Amino acid sequence: MSLHTLTIHQLREKLRRGECSAREATQSLLDRIQGIDGKLKAYLWLNPEDALAQADAIDRSGVARDGKLLGGVPIAIKDLINVEGQPCACASKILKGHTSVYDAFVIQRLRDAGAVLLGRTNMDEFAMGSSTENSSWGITHNPWDLERIPGGSSGGSAAAVAGDEAFAALGSDTGGSIRQPAALCGCVGLKPSYGRVSRYGLVAFASSLDQIGPFTKTVADCALMMRVLAGHDRCDSTSVPQPVPDYTAALNKGVKGLRIGLPKEYFIDGMDREVEAAVRGAIQRLQSLGAEVVEISLPHTDYAVAVYYLIATAEASANLARFDGVRYGARVTGEDVIDMYGKTRGAGFGPEVKRRIILGTYALSAGYYDAYYLRAQKVRTLIRQDFEKAFQQCDVILTPTSPEVAFRIGEKADDPLKMYLSDIFTIGANLGGICGVSLPCGFTKSPRLPIGLQVLGKPLDEETILRVGHTYEQATEWHKERPTL
Amino acid sequence: MEYEAVIGLEVHVQLKTKSKMFCGCATEFGAEPNTHVCPVCLGYPGVLPVMNEEAVRKTILTGLMIGSEIAEFSKWDRKNYFYPDMPKNYQISQYDLPLCLHGTVEIRLDGGQTRKIGITRAHLEEDVAKNIHFETTSGVDFNRAGTPLMEIVSEPDLRSPEEAFAYLTALKEILMSGDVSDCDMEKGQLRCDSNISVRPVGQKEFGEKVEIKNMNTISGVRRALAYEIQRQTAALQKGEKVSQETRRWDDAAGRTFVMRTKEYAHDYRYFPEPDLMPVVVGEELVAEVRRLLPELPETRRQRFVKQYGLPEYDAGVLVADGALATFYERAAHGAQNPKAIANWVMTELLGKLGEAKTTISECPIKPEGLAELVDLIDSNQISGKIGKEVFAEMFTGGKTPSDIVREKGWVQVSDTGALEALVEQAIAGNPKSVADFRAGNQAAINFLKGQVMKLSKGKANPQVAGEILLRKLNN
Repeated sequence: MSLHTLTIHQLREKLRRGECSAREATQSLLDRIQGIDGKLKAYLWLNPEDALAQADAIDRSGVARDGKLLGGVPIAIKDLINVEGQPCACASKILKGHTSVYDAFVIQRLRDAGAVLLGRTNMDEFAMGSSTENSSWGITHNPWDLERIPGGSSGGSAAAVAGDEAFAALGSDTGGSIRQPAALCGCVGLKPSYGRVSRYGLVAFASSLDQIGPFTKTVADCALMMRVLAGHDRCDSTSVPQPVPDYTAALNKGVKGLRIGLPKEYFIDGMDREVEAAVRGAIQRLQSLGAEVVEISLPHTDYAVAVYYLIATAEASANLARFDGVRYGARVTGEDVIDMYGKTRGAGFGPEVKRRIILGTYALSAGYYDAYYLRAQKVRTLIRQDFEKAFQQCDVILTPTSPEVAFRIGEKADDPLKMYLSDIFTIGANLGGICGVSLPCGFTKSPRLPIGLQVLGKPLDEETILRVGHTYEQATEWHKERPTL
Repeated sequence: MEYEAVIGLEVHVQLKTKSKMFCGCATEFGAEPNTHVCPVCLGYPGVLPVMNEEAVRKTILTGLMIGSEIAEFSKWDRKNYFYPDMPKNYQISQYDLPLCLHGTVEIRLDGGQTRKIGITRAHLEEDVAKNIHFETTSGVDFNRAGTPLMEIVSEPDLRSPEEAFAYLTALKEILMSGDVSDCDMEKGQLRCDSNISVRPVGQKEFGEKVEIKNMNTISGVRRALAYEIQRQTAALQKGEKVSQETRRWDDAAGRTFVMRTKEYAHDYRYFPEPDLMPVVVGEELVAEVRRLLPELPETRRQRFVKQYGLPEYDAGVLVADGALATFYERAAHGAQNPKAIANWVMTELLGKLGEAKTTISECPIKPEGLAELVDLIDSNQISGKIGKEVFAEMFTGGKTPSDIVREKGWVQVSDTGALEALVEQAIAGNPKSVADFRAGNQAAINFLKGQVMKLSKGKANPQVAGEILLRKLNN
């Protein structure tokens, strides 16, 4: 049996017993990537020598055999999280050739836990997109159907894990960028509550919405990753100081008596019938395992997408201002400094990034601020209150992760609004600051494509969504299915 | 028609903190370019700011010194504009909820009368980098980028360049007294922009406002405003309109030039900074900062006049520099002759500090040492002339005056036996002067006294020597 197909738990068991080394685990992935990444194009950058050198150091130190949570486990990193000495281009031409000068907080955590930092995965440029088609370096393909998109923006990370090119990967989620590609690629993806994981070292898209989170093959692996990633960081003022629970320990407590909320606004007309059937099937399964179902209401759901595209773009217009060719990244010279800015940014940013910068700049402009940005902030408060009220009636909320399965490459590329609606079920969690996890709950018949179940939880209650996900996963076989590549 | 000016000042002050506003880099001035930088103050991708609490304290202290209300809840905002000295192309500042609201600064005019100038607000932000222009290219030094910067905005209460000068002087004294900033304009620690308009006397509405930038000294502010009043008044007298614009002061040319007109005004697109939490200032913090409140310069000036019997002028000079005033107080504490100490501080000490291009905080002479020196002179142990030499020694060596006097053998000779011998020597050596004196030329005794001092190498007690001389000549 090839090592690359293992889960983190299975790999750690082998490493602990000395049945394999970190070098062998890393080599197995490198071989797998060599074999299939020409088709998937999940990775943007890989340095086999460096990865093997890290693995060797871990083998020599004995970390792979001791109790470290990720000792000897190679992890893939989305191209917008800084790893010192590695490129960090956010799949954008404007950061072409840029090398990180420092480690993100989560990268320090991964290093401390003994992980091998394997390579950089593809994404929509600056995390702006839902299909990974907005990458400046080409499209990543869905492992279940190479004609289809893997979702986005963390499409490279999702495809790498689903295609057995990584045991786990880091992504970032601003409006669904972890959960939606996890759903479309058939793996597990978790967006932590806002403030649970430090953003220090994550290149910002929308600061008040962004969170780093893991992609894994199972919910138990996801819990393990969260033990490593979560925690307070004094370099991120928005990171919360609350202690991190042992997410693994809580997994096996079952769902008996747990109240599952179903928002009536989410089960809408026009949803893919197979998606709806799969999610309803998952709800029944959890009921049969002892959970109770309550109908809830999230009355401001209709406004979520509009609110999101005002707040996220407004913040992005400022966050992306630093890419000006003065200090790092690509520069196109000009007549004077203003001309240089225009030419550098004109050549460096792709069309979707430009669209969002312009939209955000407009929303913040004198005379429009009150009508757009300020009003969006007020509605955001209402959306957060919707969740607060809902969580008085239930412990978790269940929804489809995405209203549909993976679509064809190019299908929505010319219609940004249609693309924006891909995130309709995921955006609320970012606006509300709550946590959410997506896990496989079925497949469409033809073509056979994965369907994702989203479990949303209260702020800082990752324990409960992981428990629900794990209980469901233990009762089903979906997570064991692998694409043929 | 008579016109009057309406002036408001925006003062930017670099706070005296060890590290920058949002990262751990040092705020040291004058280091090699781009040596006090890190990913945060260079605006690298993925970095986040962490608020410097000491800078918040210093802003609160300033607020307390100028009688502001300290906001219980204030927040950070992003001010967006592109310029190479801005690492992120937005500045973290405070827009609608500043740390300090309202307040007053009392100014003292030449005639001695005082006026209260209103303060609109004081808020905290980060300084930008410094652009350096070479022959064909430009460079950016990011050492300054991220230095804590406090902006104090006055009400349009000032009516003349002299009042603006007095306001800046008073504000500077207040800030220095609280150790909020060193306020060295040459180092850019205090910078000032002005809003100025002119209107016919008696008119209630303000005229068109012009903003003036690039005034680098307090006297430059006075010159720029005087020029601008004359320019705007002349325009109005000719029936022209003053247009709302931003102008740059050119000190060498002695005039202002248009920088940008109203149509090109920036839209800064302020919005709340999502990377930082709002600043919640509790009563405890305010109470803690209140304990650091220094005596305000105006109060101190009045106290110096009363307590040490100093003339108003002396008190003003000493209090203008809080550290100098503190030095003086330590020297004058319990002293017999506080006025003499003030003289030494104002003339010899300030002179020496100026020559050595240093400040009172780095002064090698301790206040106790100066007090001792004045005592030695007052008790006739050394002459005033020797005193100056002892002072010079103290400034270079850091020794106490009595040690110097002992080592150099400069103790004043008051011993009549020793002095009589010197007097006789002087009389014997200068028969013409003796004859002149005896013939009624009283002034001739001064020459003889000088000879005695010379023979004693300055150590003779001039008073005792004079008495002996007079006695011997009259015999």
